[in-house]
Amino acid sequence: MFYREVGQYKTSYASDLAIFPILQDRIGIIVIVIAAYVLGWTANDFVLNAMMIPFLIFTLAAIGLNILTGYTGLLSLGTGAFMGVGAYACYKLTTYFPGVNIIIWIIASGFFSALVGIIFGLPSLRIKGFYLAVATLAAQFFLEWCFIRIPWLYNYNTSAAIEVPSRTLFGIPVTGANATAETRYLIVLTIVIAMTWTASNIVHGRIGRMWMAVRDMDIAAELMGIRLLPTKLLAFAVSSFYCGVAGAMLVFLWYGGAESTVFSINQSFSILFMVIIGGLGSLLGSYFGAALIFMLPIVLRFVPPHLGIPVHAATVEHITFMVVGALIVFFLIVEPHGLARLWQIAKQKLRVWPYPY
Amino acid sequence: MRAPSQSDIAAGEVLLAVENVSLSFGGVHAIRDVSFDIRKGEIRAIIGPNGAGKTSMLNVINGFYTPQRGKITFRGQTRSKMRPHDAAAGGIARTFQNVALFRGMSALDNIMAGRTLRMKRGLFWQMLRFGPAMKEEVEHRLRAEEIIDFLHIEHIRKVQVGRLPYGLQKRVELARALAMEPDLLLLDEPMAGMNLEEKEDMSRFILDVNQHFGTTIALIEHDMGVVMDLSDRVVVLDYGRKIADGTPEDVKQDQAVIDAYLGVAH
Repeated sequence: MFYREVGQYKTSYASDLAIFPILQDRIGIIVIVIAAYVLGWTANDFVLNAMMIPFLIFTLAAIGLNILTGYTGLLSLGTGAFMGVGAYACYKLTTYFPGVNIIIWIIASGFFSALVGIIFGLPSLRIKGFYLAVATLAAQFFLEWCFIRIPWLYNYNTSAAIEVPSRTLFGIPVTGANATAETRYLIVLTIVIAMTWTASNIVHGRIGRMWMAVRDMDIAAELMGIRLLPTKLLAFAVSSFYCGVAGAMLVFLWYGGAESTVFSINQSFSILFMVIIGGLGSLLGSYFGAALIFMLPIVLRFVPPHLGIPVHAATVEHITFMVVGALIVFFLIVEPHGLARLWQIAKQKLRVWPYPY
Repeated sequence: MRAPSQSDIAAGEVLLAVENVSLSFGGVHAIRDVSFDIRKGEIRAIIGPNGAGKTSMLNVINGFYTPQRGKITFRGQTRSKMRPHDAAAGGIARTFQNVALFRGMSALDNIMAGRTLRMKRGLFWQMLRFGPAMKEEVEHRLRAEEIIDFLHIEHIRKVQVGRLPYGLQKRVELARALAMEPDLLLLDEPMAGMNLEEKEDMSRFILDVNQHFGTTIALIEHDMGVVMDLSDRVVVLDYGRKIADGTPEDVKQDQAVIDAYLGVAH
């Protein structure tokens, strides 16, 4: 009823090229963004610290992997390692240049990750599919080895872990023990919104079309003058950049300290699941995927106590695993193209409601 | 009236020439010592029975295959092999026998992808997507819309091409090739699997492209009626060898061609 584009005429190609051509969508996105910021001031520390901050960070990592796997069609299992490169790069940068703002280093650490991504992306010209996944697995293991075996990376700490120092922005502590959840949430939110926006711009433009062309039919893309190697390497670079920033944020704005195990193969898989369940080739899907994989277990854990059902904590843990697993299978059967496609179908139905089409 | 007449073409400038090209895969000789030329403004048909090496020939011209022997001269530049990127940058566009569209993208995005080489704005502006990047996008959208208009596919421009019926997919593929504004358009069986009406439409589009844009066309086709009606000159391949080359009338009466298609009495 209310979701109609009737009467919204597009009078220029520029308005037709808008990312949200429908007015209601634009209003919706503005409302969501405002609500997200308001949440930063109103929600309690638990919601921010245990749910929202990691959710946004994992979303960013999922967007990164989605650029590579969903848009360019290159399967990668090295996401965790690329996140780690970002985290360790950020740690080293802020150790050597403590005067420079930590936000700058969090963003800059993405470039180191991008560089590593390019190097490990080189085999992608020759191999694809599962074989490329195995090649990126090599990146995962090699980088993880580096994180453990090169003490220089963690400043020769006896704990062999990153210990996040206190850094401030305009006098307000941003990282370290004194930073409030509110501050960290607002910074994470701003970075994730900004980077989602740029990702959306890239995938809707020439570069995004080149990536999708390579994904859908590399022979035709090549004969249209798209050079495969630079296009794939660019995808690796941008993807790793996003993962690197996500990794740096993970350690500096959420954990406040981390060992190499954070960036293990399990992390890679978890991000990959987010991308697959959310929807390959959809930025919105990355949000859905991260929400389902990360937030659902937390929500499930807190539903029984609130309903007054006395369940043992360990039992809840086990049930959560089973329910999440079952839900994942359920969603994949209902819509193999991910939650983003379900959302699209729902929107289409809403547009023509109450008529069937 | 066709733009270039027969005599113009006979005297015309050679756009692309292949000389003594041989291509083999292991022991299989796909092309053996074939030479022919494509002149500016003509519609050149390449015909032959199945497995004659027609598609391989297009792949050599495209730079997708590297011939073992022979030379390719394009716009006066002679080389032993083309590279796909050079071919595209030089103005060679191509459609495929089995539609090779980017299935996950909309028809419009497919066509816009055809303009990739002509778009220049780098990653920085693409990230911001306003100012020069948006201006460029709109400019190229205009050109894409002209082609959409030309091929009458306005109604499907936002539809994901994987969901389109076959005939329309073929048309979108032609649109994508045209979006490159090519000088030489290679069509690999543009009418395969079409019904009579669709064939007539496609023939009309091919003639229009040739006439309005002055695009030189090389096409592979199995429908002899179409080939004889559309083309200015025909080259016939059989088992990788060239067995005839000339106007449709000449080729039709050539004994080697008749033998190749109908077989020889023993």
